[in-house]
Amino acid sequence: MAVVGVLAAVAVLCYLFLFVRGSFEFAIERRLTAVGAMVLVAFTQGVATLLFQTVTQNRVLTPSIMGFDSVYTLAQTAMVVAFGGGVLAATDGVGKVVAQTLLMVAFATFLFRWLFSGRHANLHVLLLVGVAIGMAFDSVATFGQRVLAPADYDLLSARMFGRLTAADPQVLPLAAGVCVLVGVVVVRRHARLDVLHLGRDVATNLGLDHRRELTLALVCVSVLVAMSTAVVGPLTFFGFLVAVLTHQVAGTHRHAVLLPMSFLLGVLVLVGGQFVMEHVFYATGMLTVVLEFVGGTVFLVLLLRKGTL
Amino acid sequence: MITVDAVTKAYGDTPVLGPVSEVLADRGITSVIGPNGAGKSTLLTIAGRLAEPDSGTVHVHVDDAAGAVGLDVHRARSADVAKLVAVLRQENHFTARLTVRELVSFGRFPHSRGRLTPTDVAAVDEALGFLDLTALQGRHLDELSGGQRQRAYVAMVLAQGTRHVLLDEPLNNLDIRHAVRMMRLLRRVADELGRAVALVVHDVNFAAAWSDRIVAVRDGRVVAQGTPEEVVREDVLREVFDTPVRVHVLDGVPTAVYFR
Repeated sequence: MAVVGVLAAVAVLCYLFLFVRGSFEFAIERRLTAVGAMVLVAFTQGVATLLFQTVTQNRVLTPSIMGFDSVYTLAQTAMVVAFGGGVLAATDGVGKVVAQTLLMVAFATFLFRWLFSGRHANLHVLLLVGVAIGMAFDSVATFGQRVLAPADYDLLSARMFGRLTAADPQVLPLAAGVCVLVGVVVVRRHARLDVLHLGRDVATNLGLDHRRELTLALVCVSVLVAMSTAVVGPLTFFGFLVAVLTHQVAGTHRHAVLLPMSFLLGVLVLVGGQFVMEHVFYATGMLTVVLEFVGGTVFLVLLLRKGTL
Repeated sequence: MITVDAVTKAYGDTPVLGPVSEVLADRGITSVIGPNGAGKSTLLTIAGRLAEPDSGTVHVHVDDAAGAVGLDVHRARSADVAKLVAVLRQENHFTARLTVRELVSFGRFPHSRGRLTPTDVAAVDEALGFLDLTALQGRHLDELSGGQRQRAYVAMVLAQGTRHVLLDEPLNNLDIRHAVRMMRLLRRVADELGRAVALVVHDVNFAAAWSDRIVAVRDGRVVAQGTPEEVVREDVLREVFDTPVRVHVLDGVPTAVYFR
């Protein structure tokens, strides 16, 4: 972990201070914002995916399967359809991020409560409903996009992929506060998460209130993913990529190691990747696309090798 | 002592259990026998609070300095019950890749909440030694044979240090040698460690040879119970299994012959 930590720190320093052209202060300010957004995404996506995979006892699923991205996409599309393309830029700010986060957390909490109080309550039904609702939202959003004017659609489509370097610096402190809060909750429960990982029956036998711990973990996941999506846009496979790397590198089941490791690896991949993209390939905005491509490919390879979800 | 009081359970509209009232003693081995689908496992998992009954209650009583304390296993804090009752399902599957020692250490979670004290480490060592796993403690579970893996799971619930140990078909998928070895171990758990072991067994003769008490279940109800001599009888077994059975006493143990 020390090695990964040092590498992540080196990546951050390289990104901040190397190849500055022109005004130093201007470059540092912009780069600090970008690093802030990337650290935020690394934490939210890495930790959320790890938690989600622990409570679902599944190494292939990611929280985006719950339809978070679809809620985000639908909300953005609905706004453009209703008010035109200019509204996206006009409403950017803390209020919009908070509103979008709340909307997504409300959606997830509603889904959890409804499904866990039902008669056939179980995780697989929850996932199935999440996927189905996500697809329904996507379809509605696609329909909305069809009826848009090309210029509006162009503005909208820029929001449909994660944009790391264009995050709003105003919302970062708020997001960081939420992350610290969730981080404290999760780290304090690391031993319980280890037990949760063994599944419902064994966890219950070992004296864990399984339903309570599961709900708490899922609420943490929804807050993190919603925050991340509201700040930088949807990222489907980045968290998955980090979770796979974390399990490979850490070689342990203990969340006391896994959680910080996923954060550090996330920072390393994002900031290191952004550095290479900017200064080797001169393609500033492409990192998320590349990450989604690599993550998606790893996902498919794992799925095909395992042969089952 | 675990008292099961008028417990019923149905899956959908199909009743699978009860009403059943049973008392599991504080000592010895109790075997639950019965045909497929009789509700044996359901009874055991409800007593071990892995499943909720539709009606009825399960209490665990432990004699301590304050006298007999009864805990409702489905209502009380899960952490408190975990120090009194340990239960193991037939099938266990983990996504985490664990070594034997890590798995058995989880058994101490009710006491340590994740931070092992020297007492916990000693209990883990004892459980590993008892199940003859000390040499295998560094191996991963996926590197073990079925019998070794089953012993590792049992070691975990033993390390929990509970008065009651409930096991759902611990002999499943074990060959004769491993099955006998498992039963001998459980006998020692009851005799030497003074724990009460309750298990679901498919083979009547294993139940007869090793148990202090046998509970026979059919169609969700207890139809017979008592010592092996009282339950392993031709008329009782015929009623339980709906199959003609002859019983011979071999080496002092009533033995059922039902192969033809």
